[in-house]
Amino acid sequence: MNAPRPGNGTPLLEVRDLVVHHGQLRALDGVSLRVFPGEVYAIIGANGAGKSTLLRTIAGLHQPTEGAILYDGKDMTKVRPERRATAGIAMVPEGRRLFGSLTVEENLQVGATYARKGPWTIERVYELFGWMSERRTQRTAQLSGGEQQSVAIGRALVANPRVLLLDELSLGLAPVVVQRIYAMLPQILATGLTVLLVEQDVSQALRVASHLQCLLEGHTTLEGRPSDVTPAQVEAAYFGLAEGDGRAEGPPQGGSGGMGPPGSGGVTGGVVPPGEKGA
Amino acid sequence: MAWVNAIIQGILTGGLYALFACGLSLMFGVMKVVNLAHGDLAILGGYIALGVIAVTHVPVLWSVVIVVPIMAALGYVMQRTMIQASLDRSVLTTLLVTFGLSVVIENGLLQFVNANSHSLGVGDSIITKSFSIGSQIQIAYLLVLIFAVAVVVLLGLQYFLSSSRYGRMIRAVADDREAAQLSGVDYRHVFGIAAAIAFGTVALAGIAYGMYSQFAPTTGTDTILLFAFAAVVIGGLGSLWGTLLGGVVLGVAQQIGAQINISYEVLAGYIVLLAVLVFRPQGLTARKAES
Repeated sequence: MNAPRPGNGTPLLEVRDLVVHHGQLRALDGVSLRVFPGEVYAIIGANGAGKSTLLRTIAGLHQPTEGAILYDGKDMTKVRPERRATAGIAMVPEGRRLFGSLTVEENLQVGATYARKGPWTIERVYELFGWMSERRTQRTAQLSGGEQQSVAIGRALVANPRVLLLDELSLGLAPVVVQRIYAMLPQILATGLTVLLVEQDVSQALRVASHLQCLLEGHTTLEGRPSDVTPAQVEAAYFGLAEGDGRAEGPPQGGSGGMGPPGSGGVTGGVVPPGEKGA
Repeated sequence: MAWVNAIIQGILTGGLYALFACGLSLMFGVMKVVNLAHGDLAILGGYIALGVIAVTHVPVLWSVVIVVPIMAALGYVMQRTMIQASLDRSVLTTLLVTFGLSVVIENGLLQFVNANSHSLGVGDSIITKSFSIGSQIQIAYLLVLIFAVAVVVLLGLQYFLSSSRYGRMIRAVADDREAAQLSGVDYRHVFGIAAAIAFGTVALAGIAYGMYSQFAPTTGTDTILLFAFAAVVIGGLGSLWGTLLGGVVLGVAQQIGAQINISYEVLAGYIVLLAVLVFRPQGLTARKAES
């Protein structure tokens, strides 16, 4: 099922048959993935597909009912989130989750408290985001959404992770801001990071990803390199249509409810959301 | 002049109240634990000081050096075990658990010590004396010392929280526990440190109270807990200077009440508390309600 991928060998991060429950709901139902060093691994899917749950479980914020998470060959399934962070798995959580009463610099300092050795320092983050150093003494609550997202990325980077988990970077941001943030990705990757990202904005994910996995209702519906999959396949996997029967049937999943950002409700439209987000 | 005296005495007593209240405020601000045993812990600190003095014969002031670390260590251990276990269930459980702790401490002291009142005698030193301004104002050095200690403790705590590595982590964990974990911060350890500080300051307050007045096993819940709560509520949660202001306002209100009629002392304090709750429920210094 796995397409041959460059850099084959030991995966840096591996998830085996993960099952996660939110109460009665089976949010993830046997999802597996293998992320190799240097990859940009994108997980796409509609609202409620289980993407964020997957990332949060990898970071340790949810406990799986079944399955295993391996990092660098070691079983991390029972390890506490803070231990995973210090081992080299950093996450930029959905909604930024900055420390609102702390300044920009203090947020980065907290991120650097238990940092591993590596290329990223607070100064280097200031170089990456040019505006940041002159606003270092401001509280993050006073920043715009895009600026907050940049601080959240910086806070994760200064820990010098080996795997960076990015949860819905585009959420609630204007398209042009999203473009600008994603434009930073090559510079971040150049320092040897591996990225596992979750994105509802499919076109954005396709642009940056070296490997793609599509989730639907907690199952994997498609996996492969972006160049190997056709838009029709992505569309079918995203909406859960049987492959090839176009848009004859309605989307089987109805979870496009209140969770998403305004304008993301492209699910019923029958096309792959091209990324024209409202905000 | 009698009124001026009342206000001065009130301000100085307020320092003691602030010393009681800052640990309560810290524990609520960081881990959302309303520590109903806070007053009893102060009294426990006083009794430990009595024991330390009886055994080692050190002067009262030196007992602080022994008692505060003991109580701080106790705070860390209790937070990591019992209080954390109750927090993992729900915030409401912590109310039950700290209430239970309060009962256990109070009755433990009644059982194993006795119900008599004690005080920490400072002997014949300068701090037992007082000085006068004019004919009506008489100020005890001890109260001045306690007020100064309160200000120094609050200043130190403020500096620790704003400038140190652990202080930064305490604020980060108070803001967003999960995000702190994602940065590698073990919030349980940070909670333990906050509890150690709270227990240490309340032990200091308990010793100060023992030097200033008399205490018995029931003093913790009867008096100290209520005054500490009142100081926190009047000043506004989450602000150390608010806590000092709250303590001072409470102290001044009590002294003015006592000036009118000695039986109004406690009542006047609670009238001010009630007024604050009605007209400015977020407290005198707090910003607008935070989430």
